[in-house]
Amino acid sequence: MIAAVGLLAGLLLGLVLQPSVPLALQPYLPIAVVAALDATFGALRAYLDGIFDDKVFVISFVSNVVIAALIVYLGDQLGVGNQLSTGVVVVLGIRIFSNVAAIRRHVLHA
Amino acid sequence: MPETHGDGPDLPPPAPRQRFDRAQVVAALLLALLGFATVVQLRSNSDDGAYAGARRGDLVQLLDSLDTANQRAQSQILELESTRRELLDSSTQTQAALEEARREADTLAILSGAVGATGPGVRITVEDPTGQVGASVMLNVIEELRDAGAEAMEINDQVRVVAQTFFADDGEGITADGIQVSPPYVIDAIGDAPTLSVATTFPGGLEDIVATVNGTVEVEMPEEVEVTALSVRRDPDYARPAD
Repeated sequence: MIAAVGLLAGLLLGLVLQPSVPLALQPYLPIAVVAALDATFGALRAYLDGIFDDKVFVISFVSNVVIAALIVYLGDQLGVGNQLSTGVVVVLGIRIFSNVAAIRRHVLHA
Repeated sequence: MPETHGDGPDLPPPAPRQRFDRAQVVAALLLALLGFATVVQLRSNSDDGAYAGARRGDLVQLLDSLDTANQRAQSQILELESTRRELLDSSTQTQAALEEARREADTLAILSGAVGATGPGVRITVEDPTGQVGASVMLNVIEELRDAGAEAMEINDQVRVVAQTFFADDGEGITADGIQVSPPYVIDAIGDAPTLSVATTFPGGLEDIVATVNGTVEVEMPEEVEVTALSVRRDPDYARPAD
């Protein structure tokens, strides 16, 4: 319940404040968002499986975001930022898909 | 320590609630962060131009391709400009050639008697009461006038005198180019008037010859002589322009 309120609050805050992304963060924010989405769907799946652990969620959320950003940063330094960020998005996308599929099985039993 | 004021029996068990609370609060915080970041990213993606989120490598490549396109356009401009110059030059040349040809055509038209002509010159009136001024006299006059530089001549406003003009005697006067002309003969000649006038009045010239047959010659020098008769059109049967 509080989680949903938090999500809503974050969305509203972003809509109201309308901040601009700092230049240094611009390449990493989209990847971080995708990684956070992955962690969130993973947490939702774990919650439905009855094995949700807040510590695991926090750690996985933070580490997902940090690692994704780190990979993209490393790619940028190596000159393959484009390809690596594409790779990260693909991997996270696959994970999101499988998590959502598990959630769907739970919710719709199909 | 939440137990410090946990005095009511209707309160839920504190320890599990607190653990649950913290988990939910942390999750809510993280989700708030996610929502915030998502909105920010969406907004920046839709607000900024197409190149705001682009990578440096992409931008450099884009710039390079723009540079190349620019250079190509530049060289195209140079090429087209030189083509334009060439075309202008050639059109000027064509213009000049056209004017030259027109002048030539005018000259030839006057020489061949295809058009009328006007200009300074002389008007020679030959009175021939005895009818003894013949074709040979007329031919002499014409030749003298030609020598004096006459550019266009006509007789009696009827016959244009050109290179092919011929004269013949007939009973009452002269036939020129097959057209009968009768006295008094009026010869209009365009050219330098004093020179033309001298060509008829020199000793042994037209005046003297006509005087022997009791005729008179009168030479006027009007400022403007009009030669309006046109020559008979003669298309060559055999001669062709040589290359």
